[in-house]
Amino acid sequence: MGLTNQSTGAGVLQNELKLERVTPDDKVIALSGNPNVGKSTVFNSLTGLNQHTGNWPGKTVTNAQGKYRHKDRNFIMVDIPGTYSLMANSVEEEIARDFVCFGDPDAVVVVTDATCLERNLNLVLQTLEITDRVVVCVNLIDEAKRKKISINCEELSKRLGVPAIPTNARSKKGLNELMDAVYAVANKEIPLNPIKITYDEAIEQAIKMLQPKIWQMIDGKINNRWVALKLLDGDETILNSINKYLGFDLLNDIELLDLLNKAKLYLTENGIEPEQLRDKIVSRLVTVAEELSRDTVTFENKQYNGMDRKIDSILTSKVFGLPIMLALLAFVFWLTIEGANLPSSLLADFLFGIEEKLSKLFISFNSPVWLHDILVLGIFRTLAWVVSVMLPPMAIFFPLFTLLEDLGYLPRVAFNLDNFFKKACAHGKQALTMCMGFGCNAAGVIGCRIIDSPRERMIAILTNNFVPCNGRFPTLIAMSIIFIGGAVGGAFQSVVSTLAVTGVVLIGILMTLLVSKILSKTILKGIPSSFTLELPPYRKPQIGRILVRSIFDRTLFVLGRAVAIAAPAGLVIWIMANITVNDISLLTYAADFLDPFGRMLGMDGYIIMAFILGLPANEIVIPIIIMSYMASGTMLELDELEDLRQLLVANGWTWLTGLCVMLFSLMHFPCGTTLWTIKKETQSTKWTFASFAIPTIAGIAVCFIVANAARLLGFA
Amino acid sequence: MNDKTIPLKCLPLGKKAKVKLLISDGIIRRRMLDLGLIPDTIVEAVQKSPSGDPTAYYIRGAVMALRSEEADKILVEMT
Repeated sequence: MGLTNQSTGAGVLQNELKLERVTPDDKVIALSGNPNVGKSTVFNSLTGLNQHTGNWPGKTVTNAQGKYRHKDRNFIMVDIPGTYSLMANSVEEEIARDFVCFGDPDAVVVVTDATCLERNLNLVLQTLEITDRVVVCVNLIDEAKRKKISINCEELSKRLGVPAIPTNARSKKGLNELMDAVYAVANKEIPLNPIKITYDEAIEQAIKMLQPKIWQMIDGKINNRWVALKLLDGDETILNSINKYLGFDLLNDIELLDLLNKAKLYLTENGIEPEQLRDKIVSRLVTVAEELSRDTVTFENKQYNGMDRKIDSILTSKVFGLPIMLALLAFVFWLTIEGANLPSSLLADFLFGIEEKLSKLFISFNSPVWLHDILVLGIFRTLAWVVSVMLPPMAIFFPLFTLLEDLGYLPRVAFNLDNFFKKACAHGKQALTMCMGFGCNAAGVIGCRIIDSPRERMIAILTNNFVPCNGRFPTLIAMSIIFIGGAVGGAFQSVVSTLAVTGVVLIGILMTLLVSKILSKTILKGIPSSFTLELPPYRKPQIGRILVRSIFDRTLFVLGRAVAIAAPAGLVIWIMANITVNDISLLTYAADFLDPFGRMLGMDGYIIMAFILGLPANEIVIPIIIMSYMASGTMLELDELEDLRQLLVANGWTWLTGLCVMLFSLMHFPCGTTLWTIKKETQSTKWTFASFAIPTIAGIAVCFIVANAARLLGFA
Repeated sequence: MNDKTIPLKCLPLGKKAKVKLLISDGIIRRRMLDLGLIPDTIVEAVQKSPSGDPTAYYIRGAVMALRSEEADKILVEMT
């Protein structure tokens, strides 16, 4: 899901790239390609930068960059969004095109999928129309071999007129040759003779009418033949981009405008209406790609993707599709709940052991009592709690989730759920951005850029928070174990807890659909826009890579964020709990004030305050609740969940409290980072406020109904 | 157009057909063209979503899911 230290949390906000060549000899390389062709794997293998790869379309939504050194040169590699085309039909395509055009790359590497080269060649041809300096990376060559597809890269290279290098980035095969070719192209060491795509005679004539004038105006900064074609095509986005990056408006020039009108008239006279031009251009590219593929690719086995179809016929079947999806989700939760218990208590023992040593250290230094209390009892204990409760579930949950992603299962989820989203008048890709939200809502909000329609993108942004991010999973899991599973007890405890967490996630998905529907019938009226989704081939997962990436990129990153926020929060709470007015602490005053409201929702004042103080990060809600309940102002040593249960029960919690905390955790205002991201993405205070209010109101309503219904019916 | 011409959405699973005409316009048409759906392209219906829509089609070596609204605007001829 592309959750990395770059793409989660505050890191997601930097999207405008500034490229700085450290020395003038440094080369800038753009890395482009269709979605899901292993582009990020190539990027990671070359640059070593931790950019996470997932097997689903449209993962890279902004330009990421990394560096590598080959021979005597430094190369700055920019990973541009995966697109099928550079015709600027969507924001990603625009970003990709703009970088190839105006980012001034010394070479463009187009990564292609050897198992479906023909479709990929379309992008190669479009790139070659813009620049000569292209290297084609024919990736996933081993996958192709397995499917008995062979590719004659020499012939392909000859026909395209630029190097075509077979690679298997996952096993680093061919990467040296790729770097050699990039080196040669970027340093202009080999002659390039790119294929010339010619169109109908009339189109060629029209291009010629514009070319000299454009050449004169843009001074060869971008390919004038291509600009001429775009102008004829009436592509306004390229005009905007030229204005933005080169600083002038082509159509302000009367002479060019005049030429353009003449050329368009010429086309019409020759039977090519404006709307037919695009068809002709695209058809030509597709036909050339088809010819190239026919001459360079051999399929020894016509049924080469039979296995994928068989798997799909089960995973997306009418009978089993949805049940398997739910079962997988539940299985992931179950493994997480079952597996996290033991390491959690071991970690807690270990960390609280350190605390004793720390205390002794402070005493040996004769430090003042308040300092010891603040640092050790306030900050360290909070951290110890956060780490021991959060780390084990994340270390299990993330690799499992990454595994599903790596296999290529997520597009199937989108495929299975699309009809529900369509009925909610939302975009099919919202299923994917929703899945991203399971990792981090801020990343999910950024991911909404894959949705082109502004209306549907806004719906996806506003509802992303209805799926619990990993900051909220520990809360959900702890509550379900203590109050739902615990109430049942015995052998079925973890099964019941699993069902409870799965149930809450399902409620989240239902709320996503319901709120999407309400939004599209009220303030965001409209009909669903077009939707195409690729179901990529299943890939053999790379277990080692999954473990490394999910532990380092996701687990440690999320944990780091939690720790960074929990430490100061621990301090604030310690202070609030220890400053007293009339013998009552500030914390108690605040909680008492919120208490009537909390009771109405089946919770209490401390819990509501914890949610409010948890605004910077959802991870710290439970720790704050615990700290608040400590009369002394510090947390007890909570070795295991049983201790936590006793503490909560002693403070008046029942199963209903647990349930309402789960529901409110699922539905309340997004965390600070997510809100900030929404503000950045929507450029609107109004919509940011809506994203705050919608889930909060939903949560208040649901908790109110549940709590009062349970009380009326005498269940609690 | 002859009798064998049907909208793509009516193509039964497992059957192949040849694209004859795109009747969509604007951005949807561009999307379809980007997928390589130009006249004479062979398309095969391979899989339906559990709820019956969208349907996945095999197009030029890739499997693409299209909603019925889009598939309705692609006229094909059964082969």
